[in-house]
Amino acid sequence: MSDAAHTPDDGVSSDDEFDPIQVFPESTEMDLRPGADDCYKCSTCDTNCPVAEVDDDFPGPKFQGPEQWRLKRTEDHDIDDSILKCSNCMRCDNACPSEVPLSQMHNTARGAYVDEQMNKLSREYWRNRLLSNYRIMAHLGSKVPRLTNFVMGLGVTRAFNEKVLGITSEREFPDFATETFREWWHNRGGAAASRDRAQAARTSRGIDGDEPKRIAYFHGCYSNYNTPEVGKALVRVYEHFGYEVLVPKQRCSGTPMYANGMLQDAKRAADTNVPELAAAIDEGADIIASCTSCSMSLRQEYPELFDIEDVERVSNNTWEGLEFLRVHEDLESELQGTTADVPELAYHAPCHARNQGLDGQAIEVLSVIDGVDVEDVGDSCSGISGTYGWKEENYDTSMKIGEDMFQHMEGASGETGMTECPTCSMQMEHGTGYEIRHPLEILEVALLEGPEAA
Amino acid sequence: MAITDDVLVIGGGLAGITAALSAAEYDTQVRLISYKQSTLRHASGLIDVLGYTPDGQGPLANPFDTLEELPVGHPYERVGTDAVRDALLFFDAVTDDAYAGGHTDANALVPTSSGAVKPTARYPAGVESGLASDPRDTLLVGFERLPEFNAPLAAAHLEATGVPFDVRGVTLDFPGIRRDDAKVIRYAHILDHDERVDIGRGETVARPVLAALVSDHLDGESRVGFPPVLGDDNHDVVRRDLEERLGVDVFEVPSGPPSLPGLRLEDLLYDALEEAGVRVTTGVEVVDYDSSNGHIDHAVVDRTGQRVPYQADEYVLATGGLVGKGIDSERERVFEPLFDCHVEHAGDRYEWFDGDAFGDHPFARYGVSVDAELRPQKADGTVEFENLRAAGSVLGGYDFAAEKSGSGVSLATGFIAGVRAGEVGQ
Repeated sequence: MSDAAHTPDDGVSSDDEFDPIQVFPESTEMDLRPGADDCYKCSTCDTNCPVAEVDDDFPGPKFQGPEQWRLKRTEDHDIDDSILKCSNCMRCDNACPSEVPLSQMHNTARGAYVDEQMNKLSREYWRNRLLSNYRIMAHLGSKVPRLTNFVMGLGVTRAFNEKVLGITSEREFPDFATETFREWWHNRGGAAASRDRAQAARTSRGIDGDEPKRIAYFHGCYSNYNTPEVGKALVRVYEHFGYEVLVPKQRCSGTPMYANGMLQDAKRAADTNVPELAAAIDEGADIIASCTSCSMSLRQEYPELFDIEDVERVSNNTWEGLEFLRVHEDLESELQGTTADVPELAYHAPCHARNQGLDGQAIEVLSVIDGVDVEDVGDSCSGISGTYGWKEENYDTSMKIGEDMFQHMEGASGETGMTECPTCSMQMEHGTGYEIRHPLEILEVALLEGPEAA
Repeated sequence: MAITDDVLVIGGGLAGITAALSAAEYDTQVRLISYKQSTLRHASGLIDVLGYTPDGQGPLANPFDTLEELPVGHPYERVGTDAVRDALLFFDAVTDDAYAGGHTDANALVPTSSGAVKPTARYPAGVESGLASDPRDTLLVGFERLPEFNAPLAAAHLEATGVPFDVRGVTLDFPGIRRDDAKVIRYAHILDHDERVDIGRGETVARPVLAALVSDHLDGESRVGFPPVLGDDNHDVVRRDLEERLGVDVFEVPSGPPSLPGLRLEDLLYDALEEAGVRVTTGVEVVDYDSSNGHIDHAVVDRTGQRVPYQADEYVLATGGLVGKGIDSERERVFEPLFDCHVEHAGDRYEWFDGDAFGDHPFARYGVSVDAELRPQKADGTVEFENLRAAGSVLGGYDFAAEKSGSGVSLATGFIAGVRAGEVGQ
C-alpha cells in the first residue's frame, strides 16, 4: 500500500501510538495530488478513450491526467499541446477503478494550457472562444433567425468559416428557432401562468393544494435557441404532474468552455447561474435540466472547479428531466395504458448521461408506452463532443469515432433517432440524415396527446 | 418512488453479471448496477477454476479431483462441486463458440505473455491453437512499440518450462503505429477496420501488410502467436483473415492489463444481459441502504449528488475484493464498505500480511463469510440480512491469485446467488 505519510515503522510494535506526519503543506488551492497518487496505471481509462482509439497523435487520458500533472511539478515543463485533442467525453471518469478525478485533471490542465501557453492572438484561440461562447452567437443570431439561418447555410459562409475561422464546412449549422424558448415562455405568461396550470393539474389529480411542487428549469442554450420544442415539452409534462415551473435567469452551463480550456468564461457564467439557481432552491424548487451535459456540469464540474457560495447546494439539487419525475412521481403507473403514435426510435445514450447513471433510463421509462419501440444503438461515443467535432482539424477524428454509432443506427429498425444531448443529436443527424427526438418529447406525446390524455 | 425491480445485483464484474443472468432465467425483473468499470478489463479473459491447491500443490491436471477436499469456508466448499459444473455449463451456453475448453474437466495449459503456462478451464477460441499441450512448432510475434509482449523472451521462457515443441520469437514493426505509447485499442482498431497504413511503400491496408511481414519470418512453423490485439469487435474476422493469408493457425497470447480478451468477454456478457432483459445502470455508486428486522428494504444510489432509492426483493453483493474495492481497509480494520458485513481478520494489522512479498498473505483471503445459501454471516454465524447474498471476490476464504481460482469462484458463486435470488424473487 502506498501511504505518503507513512514512516518506516518496520519492527515497531503496533501498540505504539502512531502520529501521522504532515508531508505536504496545507494548500488552499485545488489539490490534485491525491488523485494523481491514486492512479495505479491499470490503463482502464485508456481502453475507454474514443480519441486514442482512432487518433495516433493522442496519448490518452492516463497521460493527460495523472502523468501530465506529475510532469507539471517540474519547473519549466510545459503542458503538452495534445491536451486540446481530448474531447471531454468524460468516459475515463466512469472507467477508473481507483477514483482518479480524470476529467477534473484534464479540465484543469486544459485551462492552464490556454491561460499560459496559447497565443491569445491566434486564430485557434479566437475560434475556440467563439465556439465555446455559443450562447452569445446564438443570442445575436436568434434576433433575426430567418436571416441568420439563410446566411449560415450559404456555401460562401461555410467556406469563410472553414478558411478563416477553422470551423469545418462539412457540417450545417443548426437552424435557430423563430421563437426562442424564453420568448415562448414569456408570451405564455411566465411563472404566473405556470402556477395556475400547475394548480389546476393538482386539483384535478386531487393533490392537496398547499403542497409545494416546484421546479426551476435550466434550459441551457440549445433548447432555448435551437430546439424550444424540448423546453416546451418539459414545461408541459411537469405542469401535467402539478409542478409549477420557474425559469431563472441563466447563462451557459460551461460545458463547451471547459472543453476549450476557457475556465474564466465558464466561471463568469457560473457566477450568474449559481446564485440564480440557489435562489430558486430557496423557493422550494429542484433544478431540472433537459440536456445531460448541462446537468453534468451543474452536478459534477461546478463543485470540482469553482469555489462559489452555494455551488454544492446547486449540485445536490440538480436533476435530469426524466430522472426527477421517475424518482418523485409514479411515472410507470402514469404511463401504463398511454399510447404514443411515434416512429420506431434508435436511441443513443450520451457519454455524459452514462456518467450520471442515466444510460438505461430512457428505454426503461418509454418502453411502458404503447406504440413506442426503442432500440439502444450501443455504448459507443457519438464523436462530436460539443464543439470538438466542429473544428476543422478534428472533423475526421470525430466522424471516425461516430462510425460505430452510425452503423448501429443504420442497423436498427427505426429511422428516427433519439438522445438527450443536443450535440450528439447534431452528429446523429449529420451521420445518418435521421430526424432526432428528445425523450421528453415522446413523454409529452404519451401524456398530453395520446387518447388517454384526451 | 424507488426505482423498483425484483432482484438488484450490485457490481458489474464476472460474478455480478453471472448472478444477474442466472436470476433472469426466472420470471424476474433484474437490475445490475455497476459503479466503476469492472476488473474484467484487467483480466486475461481466461476462465480458471483451480490451478493450485490452497497449500500450493500444482499445477493441477484436473481441478475437479481436488474440489471436494477444499477446507470448510472456501467458496467452492460452500456451493459444492455440482454448482461449479452447473456454472461452467451456464457460462458455455452464454459464450457459445467464443470460448473453448468445455469438452473436458481437465485444465488446459495456456501460454501467457511472460512465457509462463497457466492452468485454465475455459479459454477464448482465439487462444485455442496456442495450447502448450499441442506439439506443433510455434512462432511468437511481438511488436517493437508494444512492450507488454517481448516475443523472444516469452519464447525462451516457454522452452525453459519444457514445452513439447520448438518455439521462436521475433519482433516486428506494427503497420500503422508510429508512436511509442499507442493504446492496445488503437492496434485493435487498425486491424478491426483494416485501416489504410503507410509503411513507406505507398499506402496499403493493415492486415495484408502485417501478414506479409510475418510471412517473411515463418520457417516451417504451423502456428503463430500474437499479443492480444487482434481486433476488438471484429476479432474473429481479423484472426481468420490472418490465418488465410499466412496459411497457418493464428492465436493470441493472453497478457496483463489493459486486456482486450477481458474487454471482449465483458462486451459479450453485457450483450447477454441486454438479451436477457436485465436492466443495467452504470457509472453511479450504491452508497447506503435501509433495512428493518434483518431485511434490506432498499439500497441508496448516489446519482452525482442525488440519493436515489433502488428497491428489490432480493439483493446480490458482487462488489469485488481488495482491488475492486468491495473490501476495504483502514489502519485499524478490514471491512465491507456497503452493508458493513462482517469480515474476519486479525486485530493486529501486522498480522494481515507476510514479510515475504510473494509469501502467504492472510489479507488475500479476507472477505465476507457466507452460509451455504451464500448469505453473509455475522461473527456469531447468524445471517446479516435474509435477502442479501454475496458472490465473487467480495467473499473470503480463498486466495484467487495463488490458487488461480478467481473466475471459477465468480462464476460458481454468481450463478448460485443468482439462482437463489431468482427463485425467491419471482
